Amino acid sequence: MQRREFLQVLGAGLTLAVLPELTLAYSADPARYGRLLVLVELKGGNDGLNTVIPYASPDYARLRPSLAIPRDQVLTLSERAAFHPSLAALMPLWQDGELALVEGVGYPEPNLSHFRSIEIWDTASASNQVLQSGWLSRQFRRAPLPGQFAADGVVLASQTLGPFEGGARVVVLNDPAAFAREAQLAADQGSGKAPGALAHILKVEGDIRHAAEGLAGGGTAALMAKRDPNSPEAQGKIPPPPGAFGKAVKTLTDTLARGSQVAVARLTLTGFDTHGGQLATQGRLLKELAEGLASLRSSLQAQGRWQDTLVMSYAEFGRRPRQNGNNGTDHGTANVHFVAGGRVKGGFYGKAPELAGISDGNLDYGVDFRQLYATALGPWWGQDAAAVLGGRFAPVPLLRA
Amino acid sequence: MARFRLVLALCALLPALAQAAGIGEDGARLLLTRTGFGANPLRIAELAPLSRAQAVDRVLANPRTEPLTPPPGWVMQPIELPRYAQLPEDQKKALRQQENQRALELKGWWLGEMRATDSPISEKMTLFWHNHFVSGLDKVRSPELMARQNLLLRREALGNFGTLLHEVAHDPAMMRYLDTANNRKGQPNENFAREVMELFTLGEGHYSEQDIREAARAFTGWGMQPGTGDFINRPRQHDDGIKTVFGQSGNYDGDQVLGLLLQRPETARFVTAKLWRYLVSPTPDARSVDRLAAGFYDSGYQIKPLVRALLMTDAFWKSGGQLVKSPVELTVGTLVTFDLTPADYRPLALLNRNLGQDLFSPPNVKGWPGGDDWINSATLLARKQFLARLSGGGINLPSGGPAMLPVATGLDDPSQKATERRLTRLNLDTADWAERYHVDSVHRAGRLLLAVKPAETPQAGDAGAVVRALLLDAAYQVD
Repeated sequence: MQRREFLQVLGAGLTLAVLPELTLAYSADPARYGRLLVLVELKGGNDGLNTVIPYASPDYARLRPSLAIPRDQVLTLSERAAFHPSLAALMPLWQDGELALVEGVGYPEPNLSHFRSIEIWDTASASNQVLQSGWLSRQFRRAPLPGQFAADGVVLASQTLGPFEGGARVVVLNDPAAFAREAQLAADQGSGKAPGALAHILKVEGDIRHAAEGLAGGGTAALMAKRDPNSPEAQGKIPPPPGAFGKAVKTLTDTLARGSQVAVARLTLTGFDTHGGQLATQGRLLKELAEGLASLRSSLQAQGRWQDTLVMSYAEFGRRPRQNGNNGTDHGTANVHFVAGGRVKGGFYGKAPELAGISDGNLDYGVDFRQLYATALGPWWGQDAAAVLGGRFAPVPLLRA
Repeated sequence: MARFRLVLALCALLPALAQAAGIGEDGARLLLTRTGFGANPLRIAELAPLSRAQAVDRVLANPRTEPLTPPPGWVMQPIELPRYAQLPEDQKKALRQQENQRALELKGWWLGEMRATDSPISEKMTLFWHNHFVSGLDKVRSPELMARQNLLLRREALGNFGTLLHEVAHDPAMMRYLDTANNRKGQPNENFAREVMELFTLGEGHYSEQDIREAARAFTGWGMQPGTGDFINRPRQHDDGIKTVFGQSGNYDGDQVLGLLLQRPETARFVTAKLWRYLVSPTPDARSVDRLAAGFYDSGYQIKPLVRALLMTDAFWKSGGQLVKSPVELTVGTLVTFDLTPADYRPLALLNRNLGQDLFSPPNVKGWPGGDDWINSATLLARKQFLARLSGGGINLPSGGPAMLPVATGLDDPSQKATERRLTRLNLDTADWAERYHVDSVHRAGRLLLAVKPAETPQAGDAGAVVRALLLDAAYQVD
């Protein structure tokens, strides 16, 4: 019997009887992959204390003589915390209860190097453990996506693969139309057996060929039908969001609108390494972020997909509570992150920053970043998070039942 | 038109014959692509009969310390850094525009120098140091300061690493990039102190957070002369207290901390392993690196003998196909290999940006990660598109002023009216090239162009078509 026929027999209903163990291993419902995960990388290490601001703390003003956002400018969220004024576009999400703010996200024995720390985040390793593959590559190797998916993930506004490093089928998407046009330049050869650096190139060629059809998008009728013709997006009333991040959001929503199926999108907004002159830079970036996320939400609502979308921010680290002499902040540790989506239960989670008593030191973490990954893998996708993360991490209870 | 004959038995014998006589065409192509950009058949023929040592000494002989092509005229004019905060909006805008034009001119100039130079190793090593002592236009802003840093990197590219480290630390572009331009006691900025240890000398894991904090204090007092950008010491801003770095205590200043970093053998190992990954393979052999690093350390950090020793390892001569070509190696290398000379290199700079290597603007302080990271779906298609168009009728490169260049997309932006641009055509006639260099078999074409066997062996036939097929083969992407 040919291998293919054998698999067809399995598919015809013999699975349970013949291979119960295999069935168990793949018991996760592949349909749940239809739920989209959007990762937003705040590259350089966003300053969380000037993002979700502990405005009521006297220590905040003490540690940031020239960087503290004046109290009359912040956007109040609670009796202790407020948004940076550039995040105004996120207020509707917050008020609608679809935005979770997870404070104090970090990990034990934090590493303050950009490059080592983002590697820890991307591979979901412990601080002193070096892993070769990204956490999403491990997930899709363990439980591959159904064949109709164009790719495991798309990468936007970045050239690095991050959590897709080491095997995931991923497409770096700058211009989908050009991609569809040029994909024929990729040869259709079997990959994997080539020597040296060639193996990787053949693998990418294979990914391109596989993704080309799905991303070019004939348009899935069912998805298109979900779109509300009276929606602001359909009527062209949603202004394009600003900057490179806004362009990435637009590319993503256009691609999804054409019916392309991917499980993950990773968007990068870079420039957060604000060692000097932080106020202007961070203000600009946070505005770009907030308006991009607001636009993502309205577009996906118009597509009827917002209920099936989970947006999570991440970054290599937060920044030092005490500012430096150049109106900037140096590398820090624990940080606040955003989780948003139609099924998200808005509010505060995690460990609020404790600034009292801090002089030159850093914040303690209260939520391990792998708990956020476990939330996406487990409750969101219905997958076995522990198998991917190499241990049990309690999901953050931020999804509606 | 030349027809290919496949003489398999002879092909199998050739490598053995070549080895006896010298490094052969394979060895010459490897040495040339690794120590420069591309491999022109004339140079392959020149090196092929030589022994390893002769060939290595030939490529390392009398490296240039000054560029062959004069830099743009504005580079050596006295620097006047604009004080943006005090300028009205329209002047700021005009200055930004001038900066953008000069930045593009600078990138084009360097690509042209890589193509034209008679000392490719100098450019290859200057590019290595550019990606080691990283500074970028995104933060430095001034193309004038970036140009001067480039001249500094070339001057010491094969000289002394310790000298280079001290000079780079005082270099105005670096001081802006890593925030030593205005570092005050009491509120030290850790940026330079961290990156100099993590990325320039020791490598991650060979220092503590306390070492960084103490070293940052030593760098206080450094500053830049407003306007000219010249390095100045501001003793009153220097923290005069005792600092403890790596267990040694003293009232260190910045240069003394750099001295401490050079005393650590980890520095020699870190630089040696990185150079191995650049010139040899992505997997440095630990024992060889230890041996080479010990020699590097004992020589007082002389760079040229280290490069020579790396090129003389057996591992180097067996490393064909181990490295992915960088965008600059691919584009400039193709020009060198096929005798192409664009009239204007600025469009090529934009192309390289699209391919992921925007010269003078590395993505961050760690530089371009390189290796497999050069190749993703977007960059691989852009590479193939470039090669397909170049060898399939040619590419129109706009040669007008920078305002006419399609900044957003690189080549052939359809939104621009072609009639408004003066165009230079860059065309690779593969049949003509094959005839010029007597490329009369698939095997020989492969030996001149590829480090490994093609993923798909082309049908023997029309010489131009065979060369074109090899150009578009995945194997052309590796060295």
